[in-house]
Amino acid sequence: MDQFLQQMVNGISLGSIYALIALGYTMVYGIIKLINFAHGDVYMIGAYVGFAATTYANLGFFAAMVISMASCAVLGVIIERIAYKPLRTSTRIAVLITAIGVSLLLEYVMMFFVGAEVKSYPALLSKQIFEFSGVRINMQQIYIIVTALALMILLQYIVHFTKTGKAMRAVSIDPDAAQLMGIKVDKTISVTFAIGSAFAGAAGVLVGIYYNSINPLMGIMPGLKAFVAAVFGGIGSIPGAMIGGLSIGVLETLVSGYGNSMYRDAAVFAFLILILILKPTGLLGKNVREKV
Amino acid sequence: MKVLTKKNLMILGAILVSFLIVQVLIMTGILNSFYEITLAMICINIILAVSLNLVTGFTGQFSLGHAGFMSIGAYVCAIINMQMQSTAGFLLGIFGGALVAAAVGVLIGIPTLRLKGDYLAIATLGMAEIIRVLFLNMEITNGAAGLNGIPRFTNWPWLCLFTVATVVLINNFLRSSPGRACISIREDEIAAESMGINTTKYKVMAFALGAFFAGIGGALYSSYFYFIKPDLFGFLKSIDILVIVVLGGLGSLTGSIFAAILLAILTTFLQSFTAVRMILYAALLVVIMIFRPKGLMGSTEINDLLGFRLPFGKKEERIE
Repeated sequence: MDQFLQQMVNGISLGSIYALIALGYTMVYGIIKLINFAHGDVYMIGAYVGFAATTYANLGFFAAMVISMASCAVLGVIIERIAYKPLRTSTRIAVLITAIGVSLLLEYVMMFFVGAEVKSYPALLSKQIFEFSGVRINMQQIYIIVTALALMILLQYIVHFTKTGKAMRAVSIDPDAAQLMGIKVDKTISVTFAIGSAFAGAAGVLVGIYYNSINPLMGIMPGLKAFVAAVFGGIGSIPGAMIGGLSIGVLETLVSGYGNSMYRDAAVFAFLILILILKPTGLLGKNVREKV
Repeated sequence: MKVLTKKNLMILGAILVSFLIVQVLIMTGILNSFYEITLAMICINIILAVSLNLVTGFTGQFSLGHAGFMSIGAYVCAIINMQMQSTAGFLLGIFGGALVAAAVGVLIGIPTLRLKGDYLAIATLGMAEIIRVLFLNMEITNGAAGLNGIPRFTNWPWLCLFTVATVVLINNFLRSSPGRACISIREDEIAAESMGINTTKYKVMAFALGAFFAGIGGALYSSYFYFIKPDLFGFLKSIDILVIVVLGGLGSLTGSIFAAILLAILTTFLQSFTAVRMILYAALLVVIMIFRPKGLMGSTEINDLLGFRLPFGKKEERIE
């Protein structure tokens, strides 16, 4: 039982990171129906920005996180403007291929500049361990869970109680109608990318601290898994992404804890295929009927 | 329909002549082993790209898991070939690998092809990852270390034969009634369905055929390079094949052939600059999609451009 609870704690801290990345996927998908493949790499860049801020500028955890979030937000908007905006009216496949291209571009431009080798992250948080009746939780995990929770609450506030949030919801329901109501669709899409990418940046710093190492290709797997999380929760739904992220994190730690850790990636993808076959709209997704 | 038309005979002659020229160049040592590897990569890439084009370009089903099928072909062929070290074993390995890949294609295709566009892409990507992880953990595939010392039977005559056969068979398939059905699915799935086309059947058929030829490509690969490991067939390999298809044109067989040749040569020159090569590939993908979303050649074949007709799929009249 203790071991199970321990796995849950590990799973939830890993899952909160997936949830943060999944939020970006789900927001972007909700608003322009695009799987932003480059999202995982924005998260990688976030980790590197955090690394630079702490190693070269000797900043603390919060400062590094804020800088990383801000740079990722800018990067997200630039990617949207340069690569996705010209394709607003093209086919879905064309946009998807572009997204894959952007993702590769970020990975290898980064590899070109910082090298392919793994860099070790400075220890920013104390490794103090608390023990509650046999279940160990360390300071880093507490920080991860608390930060993720705070950011999610902030996001819920933005989406439901601000004018920008209202515009985002309107554009995701019907861009044309939203435009007729005087909403600046392009600006709203940019804001969505900015928020989503900022969250990915935060996740990047958290992962750097948690796993202690970063490399230019680190974004591929967590990016894909976060996407699975978003699909599981119902793509386009913000609470769905949170639930999905946590579930995938827990699933992964349970598979590595009780089964074979080599199979954890396969388990996540098998889970994805199962969801897509059994309930393609996900847990909280809406079923949209196709019109001819 | 007559098979031995003047045009077909001329093409056969052209293929034979170019085959013989390359064969003589290899035998006299003008094409050294370094260029021979490029030649092998060109042939294998043509097979892979043409088969992916059948699924993605002609049937319109976006697949990101082609490397998965390639790896099945590669492993099955390698395992059979290491047991039976003869040409018969090699051929058995190739067809065994291709058939297993096609069977897996059907098995995976039936549930996943119900999905559309983005979802299908992710599901096929997931499938390729699952196949990779299975190979990583199986006893017979020797895990992450991979299989070493696969006997080499792939040589230029075999490569040429299989490449030509793949292109001809896929080209003929596309001009047959099932092939036309596949193209109609790309154009408009709902319209095709209302015309009485069993869309699932033809999608699975295209998917299985694509997997079959990808298996052949993988088998030739393993038999040429002596060595395979699961990491060779990851997500990036699928992207490599996709780049060829997109560059050549989604729906253009000759486009895929030219792009495969072009990129193999490019790769040879940029061998020691992996990062630069990938940056170039990635930038190419983005730029092509922004300016020519259907790829460089779109769905036109080379004969449409040159003004005379080779027996590559007739240009379709489009009503936009």
